[in-house]
Amino acid sequence: MVQWSESERTIINGIFSHLDYDDLGPKAFSRCLIVYPWTQRYFSSFGNLHNAEAIMGNANVAAHGIKVLHGLDLGLKHMDDIMGAYAELSSLHSEKLHVDPDNFKLLSDCITIVVAAKLGKAFTPETQAAFHKFLAVVVSALGKQYH
Amino acid sequence: MSLSTKDKETVKAFWSKVSGKSEDIGNDALSRMLVVYPQTKTYFSHWKELTPGSAPVRKHGMTVMKGVGDAVSKIEDLTAGLMELSELHAFTLRVDPVNFKILSHNILVVFAIMFPNDFTPEVHVSMDKFLAALARALSEKYR
Repeated sequence: MVQWSESERTIINGIFSHLDYDDLGPKAFSRCLIVYPWTQRYFSSFGNLHNAEAIMGNANVAAHGIKVLHGLDLGLKHMDDIMGAYAELSSLHSEKLHVDPDNFKLLSDCITIVVAAKLGKAFTPETQAAFHKFLAVVVSALGKQYH
Repeated sequence: MSLSTKDKETVKAFWSKVSGKSEDIGNDALSRMLVVYPQTKTYFSHWKELTPGSAPVRKHGMTVMKGVGDAVSKIEDLTAGLMELSELHAFTLRVDPVNFKILSHNILVVFAIMFPNDFTPEVHVSMDKFLAALARALSEKYR
């Protein structure tokens, strides 16, 4: 089980309580599709993803970005059993969606970047460390049911 | 994943915007790396202090960013241009190349914080590719 200090819990809850999912979800997800274009392989049904402009203007991308970012709420609600909380989603991504688990790390890097851009100087090294730890645990949990 | 003409133009244009803040960028990126990825501290056990913003961290951040700036000027042939630095990292410093990725990530985080409007997704992908190419050139002499 992952141990969280009081400071880490405070920081992580703080980030999410002020998070604008409708803004950052689309930003993080579209950035992932642009910076790591091979991730587009899972979204052939989304329509035009031919260039950065198309991706950033794509309504399916935006909607999915919001959905995915809300996926982190599960970890937030169950910080003391993140592995258990994501068991079902992990199976889904492995058995139904067939997503290479390395993609979870790519997306989490993009989430970090857009949160950093939004928070600016408030995204201190300590804040980054706590957020990074949280995302890393979620990423690990999402990869747990792969075999 | 080599750098296209557009990548090189994007890198040079973005660098000219941000290079004036090299010292702050280097200090912040290195500080974050040492805090968020504490295993990287193992390379700096000879420093008096490792706290964010401390003198050794600030000084080394500047050294690293000077290297990045140098790489921008040698973007047409990074392998040849960074040969000496590669030998330094391979034979003297022996930094595990996985750490180049870690520092690159933190440099990108600092770009996002300091230049949120300029660090667009297009700039992000070109800078990510450039830092990866830089890391490859630095790893050239390892084995």
